[in-house]
Amino acid sequence: MTSWTHALNPAVRDMPPSGIRRFFDLVAATKGVISLGVGEPDFVTPWHIREACIYALGRGYTRYTSNQGMPELRQAIAGYLEELYGVRYDPNREILITVGVSEALDLALRAILCPGDEVLIPEPCYVSYAPCTTLAGGVPVLLPTGPENGFQVEAAQIEAAITPHTKALVLCYPNNPTGAVLDRHRLLEIAEVARARDLIVISDEIYDRLTYDGEHTCVAALPGMRERTILLNGFSKAYAMTGWRVGYACGHPDFIGAMTKIHQYTMLCAPITAQVAALEALKNGRGEMEKMVAQYNRRRRLVLQAFREMGLPCFEPRGAFYAFPYVGHTGLSSEAFAERLLQQEKVAVVPGTAFGPSGEGFIRCSYAASVSQLSEALQRMARFVQRLTRAKVVSAASG
Amino acid sequence: MERDAELLELLEADSRLSHKQLADMLGMQEDQVAERIRILEEEGAILCYRTVVNWEKVGREKVYAFIKVKVMPQRDVGFDAVAERIYRFPEVNSVYLVSGDYDLAVLVEGESMKEVAHFVATKLSTIEGVVSTSTHFVLKAYKQEGVILEDTEKNKRLVVTP
Repeated sequence: MTSWTHALNPAVRDMPPSGIRRFFDLVAATKGVISLGVGEPDFVTPWHIREACIYALGRGYTRYTSNQGMPELRQAIAGYLEELYGVRYDPNREILITVGVSEALDLALRAILCPGDEVLIPEPCYVSYAPCTTLAGGVPVLLPTGPENGFQVEAAQIEAAITPHTKALVLCYPNNPTGAVLDRHRLLEIAEVARARDLIVISDEIYDRLTYDGEHTCVAALPGMRERTILLNGFSKAYAMTGWRVGYACGHPDFIGAMTKIHQYTMLCAPITAQVAALEALKNGRGEMEKMVAQYNRRRRLVLQAFREMGLPCFEPRGAFYAFPYVGHTGLSSEAFAERLLQQEKVAVVPGTAFGPSGEGFIRCSYAASVSQLSEALQRMARFVQRLTRAKVVSAASG
Repeated sequence: MERDAELLELLEADSRLSHKQLADMLGMQEDQVAERIRILEEEGAILCYRTVVNWEKVGREKVYAFIKVKVMPQRDVGFDAVAERIYRFPEVNSVYLVSGDYDLAVLVEGESMKEVAHFVATKLSTIEGVVSTSTHFVLKAYKQEGVILEDTEKNKRLVVTP
């Protein structure tokens, strides 16, 4: 067969595939697996949202919307953000509806990056920030975080990483994969650095509603931050709408205008069906969303307690639906732990290294699963960990 | 006590959750949970623990009928006395006093239509104070006790996603 790799864009050709891909194939080939490896809600989209979409389809909602998205949806988002965080956006110039936060992130990076511009990315983090930066011609600069700081990036760390090429900082709190949230006082310090050093902040707040024990702080709502923050959010996690692919970006009209230009030439508009559904979610979805959040919170406590009891140190996640326990003391790497757990007990978790080098020694466990599934998976994990520690004690004694 | 509502919601959805699971989910101690449950049972807030069964799956036919019952209310006791005469029958699954053009909504359960019809004709409609009955046999159950009987919504998630 002819090879075309020489013809590919080197930036794409040399880009490693997502670390999750290989693991996905491994899990898919195993039967009877309970998966805690899923980064999406186990709930199906609430019926009233689906029903509203069906109704709209019946009435012929099958066409393009404006590039920026349906005006009613943009207005609803403006109202929602003002009510929640007291931050006001002009629906006509400062809000863009996108195909999920993924597109919004790509647009934001492409709109601001020139070749060689550096983007500060705290890790472990969601898998697409660094590759999207590279694809946009930028240079990702990873900032390691760990459990000693609750996986929160620090202002001093950011300050130290700034060079004359630094253009932007990506923040994603509540965080995937760690479940960390960024404390308000730390965020204020970071905001000060961003202002002093003229950084643009791209804040992915897709997990904002999944915050337990305390309130989410919206980066754009901090003093002086609205003008330099590109706020990204969507409906996937809070309203269990991952497959609909609808998100949004809010920010200064210069940013949103530039992003809209790329969006209109590439995506044209987000699917109208998804926009109609998103509007219904904002109008009438609060009750069901809060019920889902309450369920995640109970499962969070269940999982955290189980990890503690089985001897896996786990920093308390205060947001999203992931726990990120430490497994390094078993003597296994994240990958080896995840692989053996899959082979021996048929439980799928994601090695922390899929989310950045600081993920070594950790595994990501999603608690977006039913209580019965979680309980079964946790029992299997406890058995597995017990065997590992026993083997370690024996080898230590004989050695 | 402040957590009672949440505890009850969890048990209402799944009464087989262990005290340990409940305690972990609610951030309580196991013995605290056991104690609250004991008190809630004693107070009659928890009435019983049951299972929602789809009898068709095991080939057992059950016949249900909704009976709209018009009642002549009685002095001092209103509808309660007649309602009690009705709900004491084991054939009666549930009884509600309702607003609208009849008074009691009664769900009767039996092994055959004949059996249910016989019960309505001989026992229910002959109770003193019952003015009229109108029987609606259930042809198909879609959802009962908040549970969809044949749920086609399956978990379609991929096994691992970022």
